[in-house]
Amino acid sequence: MIDLDETDRALLRALAQDATASAGALGRALGLSQPACWRRIKRLREAGVFRGAQLDMDAQALGFGVTVFLGVKLAAKGRSSVEDFERAVQAIPEVQTVEHVLGAYDYRLRVVARDISDFERVLRRRIMTLPGVGNLDANVLLSEERRLGPLG
Amino acid sequence: MLDDTDRRILRHYQADPDMAMSDLADRAGVTGSTLARRLDRLRETGVLRGVRAVVNWPALGYEVEVSLRITLDKTAPRAFDEFTAAAREVPEVLEIQTFLGQVDVRLSVIARDMAHYQMLYRERLLTLPHILDIEGLMHVARLKSEETLPL
Repeated sequence: MIDLDETDRALLRALAQDATASAGALGRALGLSQPACWRRIKRLREAGVFRGAQLDMDAQALGFGVTVFLGVKLAAKGRSSVEDFERAVQAIPEVQTVEHVLGAYDYRLRVVARDISDFERVLRRRIMTLPGVGNLDANVLLSEERRLGPLG
Repeated sequence: MLDDTDRRILRHYQADPDMAMSDLADRAGVTGSTLARRLDRLRETGVLRGVRAVVNWPALGYEVEVSLRITLDKTAPRAFDEFTAAAREVPEVLEIQTFLGQVDVRLSVIARDMAHYQMLYRERLLTLPHILDIEGLMHVARLKSEETLPL
């Protein structure tokens, strides 16, 4: 596990909010030279502190008005269908995230759709037809807030 | 407002946000100056809010991730506001989402290990206001996480 000092934490916070910030700009904000800042960012990246970058887009403005979280329980029978389910669910474009969880459900899906009737289409045609699907539980997202976590 | 070129740019950009702008222009089939102009406008109009680096918490020593599904006591008039305000005070809370459905609020919580999680759960999470019911889903694996839009 990588050791972080206060400057590293500030860099992590800044990059978590804007991954496109340059080493020069970040360095100026934190009182580091551009090369020193670049070396720190390189060290952080090499330690694997980021698992990628994501665009933060206004889904509504792009025509996606509905986000639904689905809890999926696989049917008890047929262990072989687990791999089929996992492969097929990841291939659905409207399914944004797939998490394997332990608890009342086996998988947690984040699904985006244009509106409720579009969601119904995705649910009926693509999700309920997945191999091995048992129970489903749907919750429509009303608001969402991402926090910086223990870095803050 | 948005045309096919904007959507094409965003589709390629979201697939690989670390890509060089010259590569993005090639893939989207536009010139560098068109790309810059389009991205500026998408930012100005708030369609593209930014690009965030996603923290890999296990690399920072946070091995446990739990999704807490919470039902609130809606007879309390300010249950949602008071609950979310208190949840924001817990540094290990990464996401606060509110829902229409069986679940009212969901918190995504990280912890260093199970002992740390147990401490957080008892001392910081179960003590949040207006909880009627709480159910945890322990995160095992992330199979798809790019959170792209089907543009």
